[in-house]
Amino acid sequence: MMFNLPLPGGTTGHAVGVGIAAIVLGPWASLLAISLALAIQALFFGDGGITTLGANCFNMAIAGSFAAWGIYQLVSLGSVAGSRRRVVAAALAGYGAINLSALLAAIEFGIQPLLFHDATGAPLYAPYSLRVAIPAMMAGHLTIAGAAEAVMSAGLFSYLRRNEPGLVGISSLPARHAVRNLWGALALVLLLTPLGILASGAAWGEWAPRDFSSAVGRAQITAASGNAAAPVVAPSGLARLANLWTAPLPSYAPHFVKSAAFGYLLSAMFGVGLILALAWLAQRCMGAPRGDHR
Amino acid sequence: MSAGVISKTVRGFSRALGRTLVSENSAHAGGLLQGLDPRVKLIGMLALVVTAALSRRLPAMLGLLGLGVALALGSRLSLWSMAKRVWLVAFAFTAMIAAPALFLTPGTAVYSVIGLAITAQGARSALLLIARVEAAVTLSTLLVLTTPWMHLLKALRTLMVPVEVIALLAMTHRYVVLLTETANAMFESRQSRMVGRLNRREQRRLMVNTGGVLLSKTMELGNEVFLAMQARGFRGEVRLLTDFRLRTRDYLAICGFAVAITVAVVAGR
Repeated sequence: MMFNLPLPGGTTGHAVGVGIAAIVLGPWASLLAISLALAIQALFFGDGGITTLGANCFNMAIAGSFAAWGIYQLVSLGSVAGSRRRVVAAALAGYGAINLSALLAAIEFGIQPLLFHDATGAPLYAPYSLRVAIPAMMAGHLTIAGAAEAVMSAGLFSYLRRNEPGLVGISSLPARHAVRNLWGALALVLLLTPLGILASGAAWGEWAPRDFSSAVGRAQITAASGNAAAPVVAPSGLARLANLWTAPLPSYAPHFVKSAAFGYLLSAMFGVGLILALAWLAQRCMGAPRGDHR
Repeated sequence: MSAGVISKTVRGFSRALGRTLVSENSAHAGGLLQGLDPRVKLIGMLALVVTAALSRRLPAMLGLLGLGVALALGSRLSLWSMAKRVWLVAFAFTAMIAAPALFLTPGTAVYSVIGLAITAQGARSALLLIARVEAAVTLSTLLVLTTPWMHLLKALRTLMVPVEVIALLAMTHRYVVLLTETANAMFESRQSRMVGRLNRREQRRLMVNTGGVLLSKTMELGNEVFLAMQARGFRGEVRLLTDFRLRTRDYLAICGFAVAITVAVVAGR
């Protein structure tokens, strides 16, 4: 955090180092390392805040470490050990992590005027609403701080890969292992899809014209819309566009399937299969390399 | 190499090391807060910081800031150094954040600057923010400046901080100074062998490579220290020496903290 990094464009920035920490140490050890760095910074160097240490640790150490690790694993999935994609993955990991941390901090700032204000309406803590806090925080992080983190992560990754290859190979899951985990997670999500039928009524805004013509449908819309009365006739735009496209599996189940849970599962498998087929086709068309899956 | 990124970084490292030295020196100087049991001081000062953070009224925050100034005087800390290191820095940083709130906070317009209306609510909010930060930063800096680091860590046990975390903090502290010195020496040696200026791309490469070397050294040092600990019988259990004992002045300090916190809580509601 003490390194001044010259950035393209004439400015300098400091990097937190969460991107490279997550890549080298893995997310759990990175969480600990960044938390300790923040604690030392606050308690020993008097930089940062004691009462804000928890929020800083959550934003940078927890969310930042897992975001960096996830982005790196995702982008570098299936890439060869010496590929340029891994450097890009490291840069994106740093950039994504610092921006997620900044966004979380901005949200924490932005909700404070809603939660804490006096009788006159004067905010007692951070004075800016989400509308101001998010752009103000993100402008600096999407540009200068994000660039510093991306340059530092990519540069350190390249240096370590060249000189200390063991360090950047330790925490990265072998691609085959990662793919197996991905399949496992996907299968779990597929099996959980029938949970959708536990939700009662239609999702807000996903109404059909027939919902407006029945009393039960209108009651559900009214209840879901903060008791704002639903119109008796379906809006003309909705009625006109409703028949523009007829889904091949309406309401997540073909007509011949009687069980709703089985219909959900079948639709999920069909949808995932379609996406995988498209991804495979795109990979073939773009000629993606099939390197040694280290 | 003229004043560039390397010089700036070397200055940053030197400043950090200098601060460390000042903290250790002031922590061992005889004074009001230095003479207290670290546990009493830690809990008392943290309670005051939390009171400042939760306070809703300006007089309470200014009172806590005044208490901080009085404690700094009683602890023989230089007010000039506190002003330079704490108050001015905190003011500049917070004022920069708070200034737009004068205009952006909706409310009753009380004054107009170049066509922009300052609202009463905005002014109050900005003042509250600055006063809160000044009070909290003063009190937390007093804690750090008047307590040796190892005592502070031992005192953290009274707040149920796990012993493993304290051991990690202690080891990090021990080696962060060494690694800061190493980084400083690396930059200084490079700077002393350089003639002319590096372009930005080369500067960037130098910074990143130095960071890489430092990271490798850190990992190596960590492994060596762990092996040395294992060789000396470390099996994962951490023991701390705790020889703190409460004396009469500590009991008086507990009463003083309790009175100050009660007054601030009542005044700050």
